[in-house]
Amino acid sequence: MVLRWLQRIGVYFLVLLGLSILVFVIARVIPGDPARQALGPRVSEETVQALREKLNLDKPLFTQYVLWFKGAIRLDLGDSLLTRRPVIEDVRRYLPATLEIVLLSAVFMAAGGILFGIVATKYTGKWQDALIRVLSYLGIVSPPFVWAVLFMLLFGYIIPVLPTTGRIAQSVAAPTRMITGMYTVDYLLTGNLAGWWDAFKHLLLPSIALMLGGMAQAARLTRSNMVENSMKDYIQAQQAYGVPEKKLLYKYLLKPSLIPTISILALDIAAVFGNAFLVENLFNYPGLSRYGLSAMLNKDINAISGVVMVFGLIFILVNILSDMVVAWLDPRVRLMGGADV
Amino acid sequence: MSVAADSFVVQIKDLHVEYKTYAGMVKVLNGVNFHVDAGEKVAIVGETGCGKTTTVKSILRILPRNSRIPKGEVLFKGENVLKMTPAQVRILRGSGVSMIFQDPTMSLNPVFTIGEQMMEVIRNSGSPGAEKREVQQELAVMALRETAMPDPERIMLSYPFQLSGGMRQRVCIAMSLSTPRDMVIADEPTTNLDVTIQDQVLKLLKERVESKHSSLILITHSLGVARETSDRIYVMYAGNMVETAPTKELFGEQLHPYTQALMRCIPRLSGGGVAEGIPGRIPNYLTPPEGCRFAPRCPHAMERCRSEKPEFIACGNGHMVACFLYDEKGGC
Ligand SMILES: Nc1ncnc2c1ncn2[C@@H]1O[C@H](COP(=O)(O)OP(=O)(O)OP(=O)(O)O)[C@@H](O)[C@H]1O
Ligand SMILES: [Mg+2]
Repeated sequence: MVLRWLQRIGVYFLVLLGLSILVFVIARVIPGDPARQALGPRVSEETVQALREKLNLDKPLFTQYVLWFKGAIRLDLGDSLLTRRPVIEDVRRYLPATLEIVLLSAVFMAAGGILFGIVATKYTGKWQDALIRVLSYLGIVSPPFVWAVLFMLLFGYIIPVLPTTGRIAQSVAAPTRMITGMYTVDYLLTGNLAGWWDAFKHLLLPSIALMLGGMAQAARLTRSNMVENSMKDYIQAQQAYGVPEKKLLYKYLLKPSLIPTISILALDIAAVFGNAFLVENLFNYPGLSRYGLSAMLNKDINAISGVVMVFGLIFILVNILSDMVVAWLDPRVRLMGGADV
Repeated sequence: MSVAADSFVVQIKDLHVEYKTYAGMVKVLNGVNFHVDAGEKVAIVGETGCGKTTTVKSILRILPRNSRIPKGEVLFKGENVLKMTPAQVRILRGSGVSMIFQDPTMSLNPVFTIGEQMMEVIRNSGSPGAEKREVQQELAVMALRETAMPDPERIMLSYPFQLSGGMRQRVCIAMSLSTPRDMVIADEPTTNLDVTIQDQVLKLLKERVESKHSSLILITHSLGVARETSDRIYVMYAGNMVETAPTKELFGEQLHPYTQALMRCIPRLSGGGVAEGIPGRIPNYLTPPEGCRFAPRCPHAMERCRSEKPEFIACGNGHMVACFLYDEKGGC
């Protein structure tokens, strides 16, 4: 058991290492000179050369990577060429904003997906089921940025009830103390309810736009697994023993049916980080994804590596979390270390 | 029949069951008549697809959603199951009838322990004290111990995947009799087990049912199994009960041409379909033959058999047959 987890952590570490090499190389081989791009066309060649040396760009690729790696394990990801600040500091500033959106998105996605899955199962073949099915297809086929644009139009201009830009309104002061960096949490911790409400409203549209696809998929999967399992002998047997309908549905049928849903949710939540690149830009939301996008457009090499590594680490954490939930739900995984059933 | 109808634990009268499919309505049960006495052990024998499972599922009202019952009655101790209120159904399922399913690898919930599942069954039985955890625990361990399983406490904590097929079926037997029952239904309880343990499990089932004074319905493909286990046998063909007789009597004399054909197939105890030796196939339920459903395969079929459905007639010694070769005046 412990050995298996150690093994898995070893694999994850290798994945991160491979990822770091990959972005490192890609960031450097794509055309364009980062130093020149950072300083602009009017600066003299000597100054540009000095920056190149400072960035180690004059050294062989392998040496560059070793130097970067030595820094990275001490959490020193180099300086951003764009903001002129250490990348790690930018991460600290922008990551909480992204986490806030993604966490809310994940909660909506999991709760909504499972709930709609249950409702569709309960009313199999009735209009509720059909409605959820149609909405799910809609959710699956439309990418998040389409929802984002639609929501901005709908709730920003046509019926302006929700904010469509930034983290808080201009008239609202930022939290007095930065504790987690997530505004909604910090407002709560400092007892500023009005601030919390404003920050929460700013999260709603982007996080909903980001989660609809995943929620739809989770709902479809939950429904199909529940319907399939409800025809299995063990559910029929438990029904035949007079287990009350509600308990049968919410306990004995739901638990075995949720296992595939959890795995797909993990993938979908990881995908939210990727989709956040576009959605944060659309909502002009100062998160790490938007930061990463501008880093890429400006060939800000240290920032690119930094952002990719942070997201890589988060992907892995999400995976570990979902493995833990699946192990908790499925004794075959917990006790035997894997199940093919 | 001499036995008063209200001594029947279960009686099924003229039951018709249809399933809705993409191809149309399949008319599976075609007027099934069937009963079981208190304490009686009855076997239903018939080839695959003839409607054995459909028949017994109707007793517990657990037929699939796409089923329909256009006609017929299912009586449990004289009460029509099909008209029961939810509260009555709960009592029927909780303490009246229990069912053991065909495939022990599929009939226990994979993500709950044996103990949790057995205790849930006892909780819903309505037995005295059954709402208390200690009572549930105690009764469950006792039921497991009665099936001669080693270390019941450990089994209570196990998940189904940690037990062999034979052990799982023992758990199912223990579960079905963990509180008193009027009747146990076992739907081919041994077909998916290793041949070497089939016999043990059958013996155990018989012994448990007898010591608890329950009735038993045993569904099987095998006349051999029926002979060892039952007091009386029903032979089923394509949605009809075609013959019934006390077990000894039936092995002495078979009246229905289908039963006769079945008996001729016995020497091949290979466990394959019982009707291997009978030419032809079970009819299509979408457009079943009018009249007797066996007529197309029957060597003695007459004009009348193709238009009219034969009903059970009594031939003495508890022997009944649904066939026009025999007439009401005792010409069996
Ligand atoms: N849910 C269903 N929908 C449609 N047809 C069904 C359904 N359940 C059973 N049937 C059909 O009804 C017929 C009788 O099925 P049933 O399961 O009662 O047979 P059986 O005698 O128990 O067979 P076996 O020995 O294989 O278990 C079969 O032809 C089967 O295909
Ligand atoms: Mg069957």
